[in-house]
Amino acid sequence: MNSNPTATLVDQLRAGYQAILDSWIAEQKSSGASRPDLISDADLGRQCSELLSMFIEALASWSTDISQPAWERMRGTLRSVSLSRARAGWTPSETVQFIFSLKQPLFAALDGQRADADAPASVALDRLIDRLGLFTADVFQQGREEVILRQQQELLELSTPVVKLWEGILALPLIGTLDSERTQVVMETLLQALVETGSTIAIIDITGVPTVDTRVAQHLIQTVSAARLMGADCLISGIRPQIAQTIVHLGVTLPDVVTKATLADAFVTALDRLGRHVVPTGQASAPGR
Amino acid sequence: MDRIPIIKIGKYLLVTVQTDVQDNAALALQEDLGNRIIATRARLVLFDISSLQVVDSFIGRLIGEIAGISRLLDAEVIVVGMQPAVAITLVELGLTLSGVRTALNVESALAMAGIRDQV
Repeated sequence: MNSNPTATLVDQLRAGYQAILDSWIAEQKSSGASRPDLISDADLGRQCSELLSMFIEALASWSTDISQPAWERMRGTLRSVSLSRARAGWTPSETVQFIFSLKQPLFAALDGQRADADAPASVALDRLIDRLGLFTADVFQQGREEVILRQQQELLELSTPVVKLWEGILALPLIGTLDSERTQVVMETLLQALVETGSTIAIIDITGVPTVDTRVAQHLIQTVSAARLMGADCLISGIRPQIAQTIVHLGVTLPDVVTKATLADAFVTALDRLGRHVVPTGQASAPGR
Repeated sequence: MDRIPIIKIGKYLLVTVQTDVQDNAALALQEDLGNRIIATRARLVLFDISSLQVVDSFIGRLIGEIAGISRLLDAEVIVVGMQPAVAITLVELGLTLSGVRTALNVESALAMAGIRDQV
């Protein structure tokens, strides 16, 4: 048996396939590694039987190095299972436990070879499962990091919406702290929107910006100057009293920048520059008023 | 050497930069424009740089100088259609072209000029 342990091992595993599968799933349930709220029994059963048959198939090639080509299918499936679990909100230990709970059923199927710790097949199998577990953990971690990166990106995009208030008037409500990277995105989005919509007035509303320091003020001035170079006027609105105090105490001046207390004021000013104004409907219909 | 064309439309001069400008072409433009302003007695120059995708500090300074030269000759320059990337570059270079009028496109520049002529 020692000369070619695999053949026997694989035969034993194939023979005990259904038993291993059942007790693997049972093991997951008892150890709390299955999440009935996240995956249905049917899906879990399909996932497990797919992985188990790939496992036995890969084992038949008798390479315990999971980076070998024989393990490629297994790795691919494991990767996608692990990534989908990372996205669905499983914990890392639940995901790794998913693989580790295969150990007990496997050894049970091998007729108590576990007791004979010297049996090379048993030791190798033990290590193999460990490696698969580590691989799963790595992929899980990667999946989580991808999620974080994507969220960062989305946050960056979400936080810079350019809205059209009127024909020729754009507004850019800024929310959250402005750093250099965000300001760059804000500047580019705004300037691009000016070109695309042919708007001549842009209102930057900083009601949602918690603090304004010298750097943020500098960024604002740059954005306003760039918009002016393109032939558009920029108004800044929503400077709160505390922020106005901070700006003055810092000794920052906003030269040539029109500032308004609220977005509404800025909008009225913008309409005024376009030669329009808002009147009550009764007056609008009465000519000469 | 390629020269940047200066077109006379009624009381205005229209300078359209078609490609990325070489330094000597830009210098030649300064000279040509001065002569044309005197010859045509134009009061307004529309300087359309909407095809200009890249600028350096030299071209940036030159735009300011062209505006300055024209003003001395009693013609006003409206810089038209500056691209976002160009505007950002100029601001970062510290060239904010203060005192130079700007417009989003030729149409709004003409509207600006129209308002000015009526006054």
